[in-house]
Amino acid sequence: MENKRKYVIPGDVITTGPFRPEQNVILDGNKIISTAIGISEIYDDSIKVIPLTGKYIPKIDDLVIGKVVSHTSLSWELDINSCYVGFLPAQDVFGRDFSAHADELSSKLKAGDLVAARIANFDRTRDPLVTIADRDLGKIDSGHLVSISTSKVPRLIGKRGTMIQMIEMATNAAITIGQNGWIVVSCETPEGLLKAKKAIKMVDEMAHVANLTDQVKEMLESKGES
Amino acid sequence: MGGREATLVLLDENGIRCDGRKVDEPRRIMIKAGGLKNADGSAYIEFGDNKILVGVFGPRDVHPKHMSNTDTGILRVRYHMEPFSVTERKNPAPSRREIEISKVIKEALEPAVMLEKFPRTAVDVFIEVLQADGGTRCAALSAASVALADAGIPMRDMVAACAAGKAADTIILDVNNEEDQAGQADMPIGYMPSLEKITLLQLDGVLTPEEYKKCVETGIKGCKIVYELQRKALTDKYFGNGEK
Repeated sequence: MENKRKYVIPGDVITTGPFRPEQNVILDGNKIISTAIGISEIYDDSIKVIPLTGKYIPKIDDLVIGKVVSHTSLSWELDINSCYVGFLPAQDVFGRDFSAHADELSSKLKAGDLVAARIANFDRTRDPLVTIADRDLGKIDSGHLVSISTSKVPRLIGKRGTMIQMIEMATNAAITIGQNGWIVVSCETPEGLLKAKKAIKMVDEMAHVANLTDQVKEMLESKGES
Repeated sequence: MGGREATLVLLDENGIRCDGRKVDEPRRIMIKAGGLKNADGSAYIEFGDNKILVGVFGPRDVHPKHMSNTDTGILRVRYHMEPFSVTERKNPAPSRREIEISKVIKEALEPAVMLEKFPRTAVDVFIEVLQADGGTRCAALSAASVALADAGIPMRDMVAACAAGKAADTIILDVNNEEDQAGQADMPIGYMPSLEKITLLQLDGVLTPEEYKKCVETGIKGCKIVYELQRKALTDKYFGNGEK
């Protein structure tokens, strides 16, 4: 079926008929109404709106970048750029034999440290539980933190990761994207770092532009020659 | 806009009102989405001589904690008039009237905002009236709704608001300050245009049942005009430099 895209604001009737409402849409009778400012997309029998604004809402299995805010004797609290704080239990870092008496939490993670974490569990009743017990997760030792709007994260990744791969290839930088809009860029050369940061900012500012990939590519290449 | 003239003609024989408008003509309206960098969402509205700025924060942590609700988010609205918003200095402390309007606007926005998606959080709406000229609650409500959409808070529909009323025995759209003071009735209406539902309806004055019906219809017409401008403000900000 034709992939119809439309600009919508809250309250706009996207279409009527037997469609499955997905993200940011509600069903009112047989009308499908948008609840956000964004771009509506119709895929087969489902409808969703890609929002252009809004805060990060945790989702299970999302990779996020968190900043340690404080800790109790049993857990850390992470700022994950959301309306909820991430909750990182000590067992996750120290292992099963963690003892609140023997182990000091600040020896592993201090306030201000950045971590790459995954949302392990989240529901309406509790703050999101995050974990760093996985490959590629854990404390981030080096890199620059760049913050972009949460709604632009999918654009930065691109279709099947094309956009981010392109930036990584062109600048030789390692980029970790948190779904919460926080991104860590690390690169051995300062030029590559600056260029990668510029490319990310460019995506953030021009996310709605159609041929963005080409424009970013042009920017990356032009700087490379000079 | 100074004081009231002694012999104010609210409606002349040609059907022209005291500020030169027709019976069913609203004042000049301008809405701008965004503009405040530090707020999550913001809007500015000029509704005739009313000038109102709205900032929205949230969803965010609730402080004090005991106000939070584990089932749903809460909406907090502060309507405030600047000391210089009226001809004689207004005490900046919240007055009885401001507290009431805060409550009324909050209740008019609640049906539209999907707070149940964010339990234990609060959405704060701050409304600052920079210049007042009658009908601030409608203008403030319209702007607040744009600011909420700008902040990306999920909403079932926009809320557009406009007043209707009665002056010189005629039902008129968008009552201004003079008509409010000297007129016979003032009816602010908040309306969700796509869902076709009314979220705010107040009435100050006396109307017959027929007049009441006509007044509501006129007010809703005004809301639809406001809605088109709200839409324009949001599309200009978000889809301004790119076509479909």
